[in-house]
Order: sequence, then structure tokens, then C-alpha cells
Amino acid sequence: MAPHTGLVNTGLIDTEPAVRVRDLDRRFGERSVLSGLNLTIGRGEFVALLGQSGSGKSTLLRALAGLDHDVTGEGGIEVPGKLSVVFQDARLLPWLRVLDNVVLGLRDARAHGTRALAEVGLAGREKAWPNELSGGEQQRVALARSLVREPELLLADEPFGALDALTRAKMHVLLRNLCEAHHPAVLLVTHDVDEAITLADRILVLHKGHVAVEQTVDADITPARRAEIRARLLTALDGDTA
Amino acid sequence: MTITAPAGPIGTEDPVHQPPPVPRPEGITRTRRRRRLGPGRKIRGAGLLGPLILLAAWTIGSATGALDPRVLSAPWTVFTTAGTLWDNGRLQENLLTSTERFAYGLVLGVVAGTVLALIAGLSRWGEALLDGPVQIKRSIPALALLPLLILWLGIDEEMKVITIALGVFVPVYIHLHNGLRGIDSRYAELAETVGLGHAGFVRKVVLPGALPGFLLGLRFAVTAAWLSLVVVEQINATSGIGYMMELARTYGQTDVIIVGLVLYGLLGLLSDGLVRLIQRRALSWRRTLGS
Ligand SMILES: Nc1ncnc2c1ncn2[C@@H]1O[C@H](COP(=O)(O)OP(=O)(O)O)[C@@H](O)[C@H]1O
Ligand SMILES: [Mg+2]
Repeated sequence: MAPHTGLVNTGLIDTEPAVRVRDLDRRFGERSVLSGLNLTIGRGEFVALLGQSGSGKSTLLRALAGLDHDVTGEGGIEVPGKLSVVFQDARLLPWLRVLDNVVLGLRDARAHGTRALAEVGLAGREKAWPNELSGGEQQRVALARSLVREPELLLADEPFGALDALTRAKMHVLLRNLCEAHHPAVLLVTHDVDEAITLADRILVLHKGHVAVEQTVDADITPARRAEIRARLLTALDGDTA
Repeated sequence: MTITAPAGPIGTEDPVHQPPPVPRPEGITRTRRRRRLGPGRKIRGAGLLGPLILLAAWTIGSATGALDPRVLSAPWTVFTTAGTLWDNGRLQENLLTSTERFAYGLVLGVVAGTVLALIAGLSRWGEALLDGPVQIKRSIPALALLPLLILWLGIDEEMKVITIALGVFVPVYIHLHNGLRGIDSRYAELAETVGLGHAGFVRKVVLPGALPGFLLGLRFAVTAAWLSLVVVEQINATSGIGYMMELARTYGQTDVIIVGLVLYGLLGLLSDGLVRLIQRRALSWRRTLGS
């Protein structure tokens, strides 16, 4: 496995963090989804967010992305201006060709877009329609669309949830390589514990509206340590320890 | 156990010698194709088949005398009549007049429907002001307005074109408005995250997303335009295919009436084919069962 090169592991953490969330509350009607949530993500740090279905992972991510228009709640959120979102569905506009999807909203970025497509292994598919691509390829286009914006923060909400196991494993390698090349801070929402351990520098478990468990992952993790972390996270996900 | 049936591919129907359900050995591929759902493969020239059968029945009926020529002229009579009408120039003249009315009415109606739908589809105020009246208009057939239109506009070209336009703008409005309002909210979210402004959102997301609706509306509009044309041309017209037919009725010339009907039919088919062609070109990104 590729060694982790997140800045948190190389001792550069004392610079300004990329993300700072203080006392975040989010409610839907009477129901409180996030309460008193605190979160800091360092520059270039890869953080995975685990949590049961309905625990508020997407709500947190949408709050960070500024997409929660009609949601009530307070709290301080500091995020970089350059942030990109990758959704669970690739969310490509079917009437735009692949390259036009990648550079959507950008000006004079076609050369960059072509390069980004090559980076995700889709060189030569610039003119294809999204409908002509497989699910994995569509998600790679979505990754290229995010990367071409050179984000300081990449928010991803279960981006590989709809892919088969083999494609997902390939996407893991791709995402790691891309993050090493571009160094965005990443918040990856997932329900897959192994995915979190494979990809992240640090793993958070969301429970009862706040971060209940925090687990750093060593850069050169041994199988024994991996199993130990896995067990701890699985217990935390069951909600017993929180 | 011995199997006497020829060693067919697994899945071959054989009720007597059905092999017991053993795990399929590796290397044997399943050859029975699953039945394909959906309407199936396209038939070449499918659009012509039905009309040709009708034409054949008509020809046979006339040739055997089963069809009285006073009720329905024979195909060849209709054909020669069309030739005569062409030679003395009446056919072209009337065809041109009708096509002109159709085109003016269609363009006027499509433009009006598009503008209204854009206003109502892109702004809440526009919708509040416009949608109600259009829905009311929708429930009144354009042709029911004829008496009023005749009183207001007389019986000239103006009235005819306006009547056609009134029939045309409703389907364009309904389908385009529907398309504009039906844009997936997930795309709006995407547009926000990639930093598209309001104008960019309309240009890159809303309008292309509503195009299929618009083109569907256009197809209905073309049909509506022909329908209105046929009716207005029966009313005190002095030219046009409808006038030609109306005149033929007073002289009992079935053949001329049928020439008119065939012309209406051909023009309808032609214009619908044209819209479908536009549809295919403009929506090449869509893969549907029909294509
Ligand atoms: N727009 C909304 N309106 C009402 N309730 C919502 C809305 N979005 C999310 N919720 C509720 O908030 C809770 C957390 O949702 P979500 O953040 O999507 O969970 P997760 O992504 O962890 O599965 C769920 O109980 C969900 O029903
Ligand atoms: Mg979610």
C-alpha cells in the first residue's frame, strides 16, 4: 500500500488548518441532527467520516459545502474558498460532453480539463457523452471536475458507494495518488470502515450529533494494528462506546 | 445415468431428459439468450407499411367496383386530378397560401409560447402572473374562440394566422414550462458547487434540460397548427387547400377533396418528420428505447 503522505504525519500541522468547525448545530424541525460538533482538518490532511446511516454525515458535509440553505442551526464554519464537492452519483450533466462537464463553470480551462481527464485515466474520452461511460468512469469524470478547480478542500459524500468492489479498489488507488499530487484537505464520508482505514490519515465517527471517536491511522500500518483499528471503529459504529 | 439427448447447450428445453441441476462446469458458456425487453429491433421503412396497405385496399376496392366513385374516387382518378390541378396552377397557388398561413401561425405561436414559458418558468412572479391565464386558455379549445376572433379581426388572413397561433402556443408553453420547472434539484446543487452564476445556471443547466420538453411541445404544436389550418380554411376563405376542397364539395368533386386531404396528410407527415429530425439531432445525448 502506498505510504500516507498527509501533512499531519509529516509534522507540518502547526500552520492554519483548512477547516475549522465550532459548536455546529443543525436541526430539521424538532429533530436535532448535529449538536455541538467540533472539527478541525489540517491542510492536505485526509479525514474520513464514518457514522451510521442517518447520523448526519451528509448534513455536516452539506453545511461545509454551503449547500444547506433551508436548514436551521448555528455554529462557526471556516472553510477555504476553493472547495469542491464529489457526490455519490457522478452528477454529470447528460447534455454536456465529458470535457464540458469537467470545465463546467470555468473559463478558458479546456487545456486544464484535458489534463485532468488524462490524470484520471480518461484521455481521449473528452468528446464522449456521460451516458456512454460506465459508472466508474463517470465517477472519475466527477473527480476530474473537482481536481481541475485545484481545491484546497475536497468534500466527498460516499463517492464510491455505488461502485462494485473491484472498481472501488481502483478508485481508492486513484484518489490516493491524486491527493498526493494535489494535496487538498479531504473530508470523505463513507460507511465502509476498510475504505476509511485505507485512505485516511485520520478517521472520525459521528454519533449523536458530534464526533464521538477519533482515530489516527499510522502511515505504515501493520496488519495487526489495522485489525485493531478496524475493531475499534466497528464497535464505535455500533454505538456502544459513545 | 445416461443422457440420450444430443449434447446441447445448457438451458436447452427438453422436458423429458432434463439434466439434474448440477453446478455448471467451468468452460461451458450459457448460450440461450435472454429475451430482450422493450419494443425490439427497428423495422426498416416501418412508417410506410401501414399507409401502403391502406393504399392497396383502396386500389383493389376501386378496381373491383366495390367502392362507388361518387363516394370515393379511384386512386388513379385522384392522381390525374392532381395532375390537372398542377398543370393549371391552382394546386401550387393554394398549397403556397396554406403553407404560408401554417408557417406564420406556427412561428407566431411558438415564439409566444416560448417567451411566456420562459417568463413563467424562470421567475416565480412570472409564473404567478402568467400560468393561471394560460391554464384557463388551455381548457378552451382554440377553435371555440373563432366566433370572437372573427368579430374582432374579421375573416382575413390576420384572423386565420392568429387562430393557428392560439392553438400552437399552448402545447409549447405547457411542455417547455414543465421542462423548465422539472430540472433536477441535484443539478442546481451541482451548479452552486461549481460556482455557476444565475445566468450560467440558466444557460448550461436549465435551458438544455428543458429542451426535450420544448421539442415535444413543438411536435404537438405542429399537429395543432394543421388542425387549426383545416378549420379556418373552411371559413369564408378565397384561397388555400381548404378553400379548394370547400369549392369541390359544392360541385360534388370527390377527387379534388381527396387531393386536398392527401395534401394535408403529406404536409402533416413532412412537418412532423422535420421536427423529429430536429429532435434527434438536438438530443443526441439521450439514449432511449425509441432510437
Ligand atoms: N432536508 C431534510 N429534511 C428533513 N430531514 C432531513 C433532511 N436531510 C436530512 N434529514 C434527516 O437528518 C438526519 C441525518 O441525515 P443525513 O445527514 O443525510 O445522514 P447520513 O448522511 O449520515 O446518512 C436523517 O435522520 C435525515 O432523515
Ligand atoms: Mg448521507
